[in-house]
Amino acid sequence: MAKVKSLADLKKMKEKLQSDISLRENSKHPEGMVRVKVAMATCGIASGAKDVMEFFTVNLQKRNVDAIVTQTGCMGYCYAEPTVEVKLPGQEPVVYGFVDIKKADEIIEKYIKQGEPVDGIIPVNYETIDKK
Amino acid sequence: MSENIKQIRVALRNCGFINPESIDEYIAADGYEALGRVLTEKTPEEATKEIIDSGLRGRGGGGFPTGVKWDIARKVESDQKYVVCNADEGDPGAFMDRSILEGDPHSVIEAMAINGYCIGADKGLVYIRAEYPLAIERLKTALDQAREYGLLGEDIFGTGFNFDIEIRYGAGAFVCGEETALINSMEGHRGEPTFKPPFPAQSGYLGKPTNVNNVETFANIPVIFNKGAEWFASIGTEKSTGTKVFALAGKINNVGLIEVPMGTTLREVIFEIGGGIKDGKKFKSVQTGGPSGGCLTEKHLDTPIDFDNLLESGSMMGSGGMIVMDEDDCMVSVARFYLDFTVEESCGKCTPCRVGNKRLYELLDIISKGNGSNNDLDKLRNLGEVIIDTSLCGLGQTSPNPVLSTMDNFWDEYLAHVEDQRCPAGQCKDLIRYEVIEENCVGCTACARNCPVNCISGERKEIHHIDQSLCIKCGACFEKCRFNAISVS
Ligand SMILES: Cc1cc2nc3c(=O)[nH]c(=O)nc-3n(C[C@H](O)[C@H](O)[C@H](O)COP(=O)(O)O)c2cc1C
Ligand code: SF4
Ligand code: SF4
Ligand code: SF4
Repeated sequence: MAKVKSLADLKKMKEKLQSDISLRENSKHPEGMVRVKVAMATCGIASGAKDVMEFFTVNLQKRNVDAIVTQTGCMGYCYAEPTVEVKLPGQEPVVYGFVDIKKADEIIEKYIKQGEPVDGIIPVNYETIDKK
Repeated sequence: MSENIKQIRVALRNCGFINPESIDEYIAADGYEALGRVLTEKTPEEATKEIIDSGLRGRGGGGFPTGVKWDIARKVESDQKYVVCNADEGDPGAFMDRSILEGDPHSVIEAMAINGYCIGADKGLVYIRAEYPLAIERLKTALDQAREYGLLGEDIFGTGFNFDIEIRYGAGAFVCGEETALINSMEGHRGEPTFKPPFPAQSGYLGKPTNVNNVETFANIPVIFNKGAEWFASIGTEKSTGTKVFALAGKINNVGLIEVPMGTTLREVIFEIGGGIKDGKKFKSVQTGGPSGGCLTEKHLDTPIDFDNLLESGSMMGSGGMIVMDEDDCMVSVARFYLDFTVEESCGKCTPCRVGNKRLYELLDIISKGNGSNNDLDKLRNLGEVIIDTSLCGLGQTSPNPVLSTMDNFWDEYLAHVEDQRCPAGQCKDLIRYEVIEENCVGCTACARNCPVNCISGERKEIHHIDQSLCIKCGACFEKCRFNAISVS
């Protein structure tokens, strides 16, 4: 990996990374990808997030869905762990709470494959620094 | 800000959004830009001033202005200085710092490097409890990545500035979160506090000037440079700028990690964000500030939360644990719980804390068993005040707070224990009795089958009896009886 040798280097790197991400997530086809983030902090893992992440990784591939599954930190909804964020190409992300294997299966079959709403969505209850 | 959205994520801006094990995702979210800009565009003095102007105050408990602290360390002349991140997080029920390190470790690394540049240190240390294995693992991964990218190490951003970070492990003693004890522990000595002054900024790790800040304090730093001190100061109240992360726990529906602007009221936090009290019970009290804090009540619900208001109400901000209690919680028991913790965690170096807290605990224990007198209540208060005045470190100086604040706010409950030998919340085991209400008992045997000590007797379809000499007051019979035939008194 190239070293960051100056502020200009960093900015170039950031632009490249950002455009890669938006290309992946926003254009419909062919690169458009589903992005699944599983909250994997201590609280999530304690409630079974590892199995849920594994389930998404294995089954999205098996069922031929073009997706990336990544881990992230605590989303703050410890009462509803495991929590999972799903972002369909070109759409706003949605967060699901209490995601067990059964729920994960429903999310893949209904929401990800057919775009049908699945209940268990946790509404966004905060502002980000960019909006404020 | 819109009507129903009360939270804003500043310290938690990346937590739950980026992959904590990917430096690329951190960089895509403006990561390391603040460090780059500070190193190339600002003098240490200018950068420190930015932090002073932001009004940021330490999130580890004391609320000391961060920029001012950096400025003191910056001005001390020395061949070597250190930056320390306090990730000891010893308050029971608190997990803000753990979540930040697990969810966004690079923000802390970036901030420590900025701090190093500002005060003239090339070495940072993170003091973290060994019970946080996932946080440690993610921090290590992040450190390796930052080194690989040249964002830690030598000649960072081509500016000639060098900085690197090491991890030091704590064994999980509460007192080791106190900065002088923490430094002693890092040096390999007993984790005992020492008298201040000298402050760590003057003589800290290995006798060198050392700036100690909390994890959450650090997590705010990059944002201040990216968005500006003025932007930061526009959030929160005049004297407490920015946001605070709280770990909401206890009898509340939405247990979790929240971040609200300073000045948000307890009511908004508990009833709007927290979704109110579990099982439709009645709110009784909220404990903030952990073992150093106090219990606030109904009448404080509309107080805007900031450092000064909480102190004035007889509690404190502490690091951000917030434990909500309902009508079933006995305040004498709560005070006893915290005292038990303090007695366990006192380092024993000074007498008021070592002996005084033990006596406080014993008095509370006597009261909760129904053997206390009015005289004991006076003793509790006097002794508490003496411990506050005469202890060496912050642990002892604040440990009577849970007792004094519950006495102030729940005096009737103390009186009931002492004068009527009664526990209004029905929690103090020595003061309650479970009895079968004979008119209601249908002899279904549910209670007898669930009693863990088999002290309920009675034939099927006949009235049951509890043998009081064996009953351990677990409450199982009360919960299992569907005929309202068990009473608690
Ligand atoms: C008994 C005791 C325990 C403490 N525990 C912690 C802790 O776990 N984490 C922390 O950041 N500060 C803790 N502090 C406060 C530290 O001494 C110090 O003030 C703080 O780390 C400074 O950082 P800040 O200015 O960023 O808050 C504790 C203080 C006392 C007296
Ligand atoms: S107040 Fe308690 S914890 Fe602090 S130095 Fe004295 S004995 Fe140790
Ligand atoms: S559960 Fe209630 S009704 Fe049934 S035997 Fe026990 S006291 Fe009587
Ligand atoms: S309170 Fe517990 S121990 Fe006592 S009688 Fe009921 S079930 Fe048995």
